Amino acid sequence: MSRLRAATGSVPPVLALVAVLGALLSIVPLLYLVIQATSDGLSNVATEIFDDATLALVGRSLLLCVVVTSLCAVIGTTAAFLCVRTNLPFRRILFVALALPLTMPSYVAAYAWVAERPNLAGFWGATLVLTSISFPFVMLPVAAAMRRLDSRHEEVGRSLGRTPVNLAFTLTLRQIRPSLTAGSLLVALYVLSDFGAVATMRYESFTWSIYGAYRAGFNPTRAATLSLLLVLIALAIVVGEEFARGRANLASVGSTTDRPPSTLDLHTWRWPTFAALLLVPIVALLLPILFIWQWFSEGASRNNNWSELFNAFGSTLWVAFLATAVTMLFAIPIALVAARIAKKWALATDRAVFVLHALPGLVVGLGVVAVGIRALPGLYQKIPMLIAAYVILYLSLAVGSIRASIERTPSSIDDAALSLGSSRLEVFRRITLPVAAPGILSGAALVFLTVAKELPATILLKPTGFETLATELWTRTTVFEFGAAAPYAIALILVAMIPTAFLSVRGWQ
Amino acid sequence: MFRAKKFLKVAATFTAVVMAVTLVAACSGGGSSASGPLVIYSGRSEALIGDLLKTFTQETGIEVEVRYGDSGELAAQLLTEGSASPADVFFSQDAGALGALSQKNRFEVLPDNILSLVPERFRAANGEWVGVSGRVRVIAYDTNKVTNPPTTIDELLDPKWKGKIGFAPTNASWQSFVTALRVERGEQGADQWLREFAANNPRPYEKNSAVLDGIANGQIELGLVNHYYLYERKNAKGNETVAIANSYAKSGDVGGLVNVAGVGILDSTKKTEKAQQFVEFLLSPTAQNYFATKTFEFPLVSGIALGNPDLPNLTTLVGPNVDLSDLSSLAETQALLQKVGLLTK
Repeated sequence: MSRLRAATGSVPPVLALVAVLGALLSIVPLLYLVIQATSDGLSNVATEIFDDATLALVGRSLLLCVVVTSLCAVIGTTAAFLCVRTNLPFRRILFVALALPLTMPSYVAAYAWVAERPNLAGFWGATLVLTSISFPFVMLPVAAAMRRLDSRHEEVGRSLGRTPVNLAFTLTLRQIRPSLTAGSLLVALYVLSDFGAVATMRYESFTWSIYGAYRAGFNPTRAATLSLLLVLIALAIVVGEEFARGRANLASVGSTTDRPPSTLDLHTWRWPTFAALLLVPIVALLLPILFIWQWFSEGASRNNNWSELFNAFGSTLWVAFLATAVTMLFAIPIALVAARIAKKWALATDRAVFVLHALPGLVVGLGVVAVGIRALPGLYQKIPMLIAAYVILYLSLAVGSIRASIERTPSSIDDAALSLGSSRLEVFRRITLPVAAPGILSGAALVFLTVAKELPATILLKPTGFETLATELWTRTTVFEFGAAAPYAIALILVAMIPTAFLSVRGWQ
Repeated sequence: MFRAKKFLKVAATFTAVVMAVTLVAACSGGGSSASGPLVIYSGRSEALIGDLLKTFTQETGIEVEVRYGDSGELAAQLLTEGSASPADVFFSQDAGALGALSQKNRFEVLPDNILSLVPERFRAANGEWVGVSGRVRVIAYDTNKVTNPPTTIDELLDPKWKGKIGFAPTNASWQSFVTALRVERGEQGADQWLREFAANNPRPYEKNSAVLDGIANGQIELGLVNHYYLYERKNAKGNETVAIANSYAKSGDVGGLVNVAGVGILDSTKKTEKAQQFVEFLLSPTAQNYFATKTFEFPLVSGIALGNPDLPNLTTLVGPNVDLSDLSSLAETQALLQKVGLLTK
C-alpha cells in the first residue's frame, strides 16, 4: 500500500478523535442503507443485485462515468497546460472563465440544453452537461501543480539532452499525476452521484432508478440495495485512484516560487489555440446562461417577488457558510490523519469520507432523516441537521484539497519541532495549519459553491418554510414558471461565482 | 499566508458562536405536538395552493406550516420518518402515494360527514383518505401534425405512432394508469398491451411537463399526460403559442382514468380536530371553486362550475371501471413495468 508507506508522522489525539467522529458521521447514511436493504432478508438483496437489468444499469453508469472522466482529464489538463505553461493571449482571464462552469447546477445546465436542443437528450447530452460542468475539478488542481513545477528539474533534464517538448510530456505529466488522478476521482464520483443531468437528459443510469424506486415506487428496500451497490463501485474507484496516484514523493522544503517553470512559445498558433479554448467556456457557461435569460425575457410568468428572491439569496449564503465552516472543522483533522498516520484506521477514515461522495443527495438525505428523527428528534428539520447532511455529502471535497496541501510538506519538519520541545497541538497550530491554509481556503470555496447548488437533501431536511435559491428554482420549474425561475437560476450561478473566481485566481493548491 | 490564517481564525470563532446559539435554540421537542401550527406535507405546489391556505387560516384562525415537495418523495419521507413524523396532514397529488401510506397503516379513518361529500369512486374504501379534486388521463397531441388523435389506448399500438409517443415512466399518474390497466385487463392483458406499447418505442420523459415540452419542440406527436397540463402551459406561455390539444378517451377506456389529488390525516397527529377542519375546508365551495378555476381540475363536490369552457363535464368522463383504492398495488405495477422494460431499471 503506497499510501500507508508514504504517510509517517503523528497527530494530536484531540484531532484524531475529531477525525474519527467525522468519519462516523459519514457512516450514518451507510448504516441506514444496510438496515433498509436487508429489511426484507439477505436473499432479497442478492436477487436485486444479480438481476440482469441491475447489471445493465451498472454498465450504463460506468460507461458514462468513464467517458466523462476521460474527457474531463483531457480537457482539464490541456486547458491547464495552455493557461499555465504557454504564452496564450489573455490566459489569466481565460483561466477564470474556464473555471466558472463549475457554478452551473447540473439540473439547470441540462434543462437549458434540452429545452433548446431536444435532440441532445440521452447519453451524449448527459456527457455534454456533466463534462462541461465538471472538467474544472481536474483543471484547477492540475494548473496549481503546474505552477509549482520546479524549473530546476527541467534544467537538469535539458542538460541531459531532452527536448522541451519531450520534457513537457514526461516530466510535467509525472509531476501533475497526483493532482490529475485526485481531480479525476472527484469527477468520477460526481458523475456516479448526479441525478439532475441524467434525469433531464433521460439517460437511464443508476441514480435515476434509485430515485424512481423511492419516489414513484415507494420501494425503499430496492433503492437502498442499489445504493449499496453504488457504494461498492465507488470504493473500487477510490482504491483504484490510490494506486494510480503513485508513490511520488511530493514533499519539498524549499520555496519554488522564485523560479517559475519555463513558458512554451506557441508562435503562430497563439490565436487559433486561444479561439479553440475560448469555445469551452462559451459552450459550458455562456450558452446555457443565454438560454435561461431567454426564458426570463420571453416568459409570460415573470411576476417576480423580489423580496422572496432576496430572502432565498440570503438563506443560501447563510447555510452555505455554516456548512462550509463545520465541514472544515471535520475535514482538517481527517486530512491530517490521512496524510500523516500510517495506520489502517486512518486509511479507512479517509476512504469512508470519499466513498460517500458517490451517493446521490436523496439517499444521504433519507439516511439522515431515518437516523436523525430517532436520535435527535428536536433537531429534525432544523438547520443543524441540514448542515450535518451537507457535511456528510461534501466532506470529501474539503479533505482532498487539504490533504494535498499537507502532503507537500515533509513530516520531518513536525519531528524537528517536536524534538525541540513543542507539543503536538503547538506543532498543529504553528506548522500544520499555516502549511495547510491554502488547501483549507480552496476546499472551503469548493464546499461553499457545491452546498449552494444542492437540492435533494435540502428539500428533505430544510426547516419548513426555509427556502434556498435551489429549492425556489425547483418550485418554479415544476409548475412551468420558466420566466419566474430564471432570476433564481441566475442568482444561484452568481452566488457560486464568487468562490469559483477565488479558486481560479488562487489556483487551487 | 498570514492573512489566510487570520481569516480562518475569525471564521472559526464566528462559526463556533453561531452553532452554539443555533443548537440551544433548536433543542425543543420533536414530532407532532398538540399546540402550534398544523403541519401539512403537500405534494401540491405552493404556486397552486399557497393562496388557498391563506384563506383557510383567515377563515378558521388555524395557523399552518406547509412542507412542499413531490408527492412520492414526501410519501417516502413520511414512511422513513415513521411515527416520529412532525406531519399532521398529507395532501397528495395522486391516490397512489396515499394508498402507499394507507397500506403501512399511517392514516386515521376520516369521519362519515367528510367522506359523504365526495362520490364513492373518488375516495378510499377504508375511509383513510378522500379525494379533493379530479384529473383525467388524456392523449395530448400536436395540432399541427395530428388531425385524428387516438381516443383509445389500443390505437396507440398502431405502428404509425412508432417513436412519436411520449410518457413519464417514473411519474405516479402514469403508474396509476398502468395499475388501472392491470386491474381492468388482468395481469396477462396488461402485460400484452405494455409489450406492444414498448415495441412502438415510446420516448421516456422525467415528468408530465417534460412530455408537453417534447410535443412543443417537435420531438414527439402524442403524449400520455393529465388533462390540466395543457391549460397550465397555455396560461404560462400564452394561448396562441401552444399548438397542443387534449384528446379525451372514449367512455370506459382505461386511457381516460380519472385520478384524484387527495388528503389523509396521519396517525401520528395530536391535532385530529384541526386536521379534520382542514379536510372539510378543502371540500368547501371556496376550495372547490379555487381548484376549478386555478388548476383547471375537476371539483369533486357537486354543484361547482368548471374552470374552462373547453372542459367536458366530469360525469361524461366515465373512465374505466376500477376502484381508486385498488390503485395502490404499485409494487406489482413496478414489477410488471420492469419486466416489459418500460421502467428505468
